[in-house]
Amino acid sequence: MSTTLDVSIWRGRDDGRFVHYEVPRRDSQTVLDVVTHVQRQLDPTLSYRFACRVGMCGSCAMTVNGQARWTCRTHVSKVVGSDGRLEVAPLAHLPVIKDLATDMSGFFDKWARAQGQFSGSRTRHDEFARVQPASAERQAADAGIECIGCAVCYASCDVVAQRPDYLGPAALNRAWTLVNDERDTRQTERLRAVAGDAGCHACHTQGSCTERCPKQISPTQSIAGLKRTVARAAIRGKL
Amino acid sequence: MNGASASHALGVAQARRWYWQRISAMVLALCVLGHLAVMIYAVRGGLTGAEILGRTQGHWGFALFYGTFVLACSVHVPLGLASIAREWLGMGETAALWLARAFGVLLLVSGLRAVVAVFTAGL
Amino acid sequence: MRRNDIRAHNHPAWWAYLVHRLSGLALGLFLPLHFWALGRALQGEPGLETFLRFADHPLVKFAEWTLVLLLALHLAGGLRLLLIEFGPWNGLRKNWIAAGAGFGLATSLAFALALLG
Repeated sequence: MSTTLDVSIWRGRDDGRFVHYEVPRRDSQTVLDVVTHVQRQLDPTLSYRFACRVGMCGSCAMTVNGQARWTCRTHVSKVVGSDGRLEVAPLAHLPVIKDLATDMSGFFDKWARAQGQFSGSRTRHDEFARVQPASAERQAADAGIECIGCAVCYASCDVVAQRPDYLGPAALNRAWTLVNDERDTRQTERLRAVAGDAGCHACHTQGSCTERCPKQISPTQSIAGLKRTVARAAIRGKL
Repeated sequence: MNGASASHALGVAQARRWYWQRISAMVLALCVLGHLAVMIYAVRGGLTGAEILGRTQGHWGFALFYGTFVLACSVHVPLGLASIAREWLGMGETAALWLARAFGVLLLVSGLRAVVAVFTAGL
Repeated sequence: MRRNDIRAHNHPAWWAYLVHRLSGLALGLFLPLHFWALGRALQGEPGLETFLRFADHPLVKFAEWTLVLLLALHLAGGLRLLLIEFGPWNGLRKNWIAAGAGFGLATSLAFALALLG
């Protein structure tokens, strides 16, 4: 194992370039450790995002050696090339603010456009809704509910790159969890939101979202469910 | 039509296209399996026009099978091509759909012509 | 915004998508030619026969074999998609990718043997 890493880090905005840094190699080192070392010891002008650094918040998502990952959960030993080289870039498919930080507002706008928010009918004065945890709908919702909006799936999806309006795997996955929420009152609006040119039917089951999701969620599965549900509603004239 | 109902109509249309693509795919799955079997059987010992027409000429079963095959292709292929046109050629939705429709008509006409051709064998 | 390259695409389900799309494109563009060739039967057996003798050329035979392979692969990939979209959930069905590739190879081999035998 070599004692240093040859790290290429993206500097600039959408147009910019990779800059090389030499970083000491350590045991149990994560890519976030590497980026942090560069900013603290080598170049304080480097911009990047992180928060929890323990794999819970998703803020540190970047493109490492061409793949979207959480840098705090990516051990250098797992991704470094045999020549000791590492490439760190911002997430794909999002405008670059500076260096490794992207503008996530478009990602969250699509979340909202997919009706990714819960709308209920009860108030604090009503009884709790009783939802059977083992019901098929609740299990379907639970399969996708752990999403924390890190945009790794969004950055990995070709359809996002090729169809600028495509809502993307995270927004559609969230919509699916709500489609399966029996308490929600805006199901028709939601199905309408995820149909159409930018919606679920544009998914080609490439599966990059499912392959890369750090929480092992399968947006492919959720989107398949949306496809069926929307088609059924369209046929019955309920869309 | 205002914006909301226009996009609603588009949503229904997209859902229908997806649905028809899958229905035609299921039909084609059966047709293709049959076709692969026939082909592998038929090319043994060389293929002649007489052999082919001997099987298809006047044979209603074959005509119905391949007629259905052609119909399913005319639905399935254009929808696939439209996606490729939009995503790899950067075509707009309307342009891609018109290209697809044109290709669908081409397949339907030339395909049914072919079915008639091998059914009648020029007679 | 940055775009992905091959390093992001290098996983089985993505290759399955690419094979499915490219095979579909090739088959779709081939179909009008296929229908035209069969349409020559309108001139009776001689019409078809002259075309078939042209198709005896080894290069044409190789193209036919390729099309059979693409057809089998497109069928297998399509069945996998139908399972993912309609069937009881079971991941990206990567085992189906392997099975599909196997089916494609087996079918094309059977066709090759039938051609040569």
